[in-house]
Amino acid sequence: MSEKLQTTSLDDVILPIKILDEIETVCKEKKLNSNQKEKLIQIIKKEYMNSSFEPGEAIGIVSAQSISEPATQMTMRTFHFAGSSGIQVTLGLPRLIEIFDAKKEPTTSTMTLYLKKKYNNKTDSERVADTITEKSLRNFVETVSLDLVNKRIRIKFKKIKKSDLKDTVAKLQKKVKDYKISIKENAMALESKEKQLTIKDLQRIKKRLLDLAVTGIQSVKNAIVVKEGDDWVIKTLGSNFLKVQSFEEIDFMRSYTNNVHEVASVLGIEAARMALIKEIKNTMKQQGLDIDVRHIMLVVDTMTFSGEIKPIGRYGVAGMKQSILTRAGFEETIKHLVKASLRQEEDTFNAIFDNVMVNQLVPIGTGMFDLIAKLGEE
Amino acid sequence: METEINILNHELIPKHILLSQQEKEEVIKHYGIRKINQFPKILKSDPVVQLLEAKPGDLIKIIRKSDTAKESIYYRVVIE
Repeated sequence: MSEKLQTTSLDDVILPIKILDEIETVCKEKKLNSNQKEKLIQIIKKEYMNSSFEPGEAIGIVSAQSISEPATQMTMRTFHFAGSSGIQVTLGLPRLIEIFDAKKEPTTSTMTLYLKKKYNNKTDSERVADTITEKSLRNFVETVSLDLVNKRIRIKFKKIKKSDLKDTVAKLQKKVKDYKISIKENAMALESKEKQLTIKDLQRIKKRLLDLAVTGIQSVKNAIVVKEGDDWVIKTLGSNFLKVQSFEEIDFMRSYTNNVHEVASVLGIEAARMALIKEIKNTMKQQGLDIDVRHIMLVVDTMTFSGEIKPIGRYGVAGMKQSILTRAGFEETIKHLVKASLRQEEDTFNAIFDNVMVNQLVPIGTGMFDLIAKLGEE
Repeated sequence: METEINILNHELIPKHILLSQQEKEEVIKHYGIRKINQFPKILKSDPVVQLLEAKPGDLIKIIRKSDTAKESIYYRVVIE
């Protein structure tokens, strides 16, 4: 920007709140009077304008390189933490690729659940962790036998509390409606209402029964309790953000899942944006890499521009580009060219890539602006 | 035991404000927007939009918490 433009528009510059706050603290510390403070603000405004990007700067490319250069280092430095406590989560480059590809289900999805103040202690947290873990009938059963004569399945339970047993059976009853269930102390017998059953059928039913989930939240496979500062935190393997809401003990307002699509559907696109930033930042930080958040924010803003999370790539951001030649130059050249010619599409040569192809001035920086003559005027 | 959960209090969700018609015009004029779909979009089915009861075409002002600026303002237009 020219020197003249800078001085004239300096009053119009609005500084971010954070910088204003910092100015306040500095003024208080150094005991500056209002005249000095005004001078300081003027200097900072000038510096601020100098350091912000100029119109027409190719910030997308700068961001792309700033993220991918450190990412090349990641491949060589991927560690595996064997035997460390906690849930094993995909980290490093594989995780980064997963985020940018906006995979519907991460390879290892995990939730971080905080507890409400009242329940923020060891016993309660362990109890909650136990109740949310999905358990199949197999976990409660000691022996299973088949009564081939009466076509019944007999189940003998492990020694558990009577109330727990009742709950389990009640839940089971809801899930299997076609069977008659009779209970005798620690044992249970199931009889199918259908009479024509072969032994093979019976075996099949038995297997299905044992795999039936009776307690916990669906798809939460494991839950452990970790102490972080003053908080007892539950970390889970497998994620079901919607169901967690209904637990009274869990402080849902602080809870978090690494499945960004789940965040988007439960909390909306803005929350998903925050989650994406957090995930990328954490993945990079975990590898000891430090990128400026502004680059991440730019990428994430493009990913969430359309109101849903779009991957960076053929089916997402790159595929949405207007210019045909840009899309053809990226991936699936023939498909894009054929489709465009069938639909009689036009390329207006407004983008970078297509202009490079035909050896024209690229609309970046000073190349962005044209001169228009006003005809009929002096 | 049925407790009403207001997801708007979740720490991941920034403040969403539904703008009136007049405010919307002002924002459009301020940014020199020609078509309303030049704004970033938010789906009508978005949980926050449903709580605000916004209709397609409405503009939503979002006050984000930012690491770099403490607060930053963003706009999204509601689409089907």
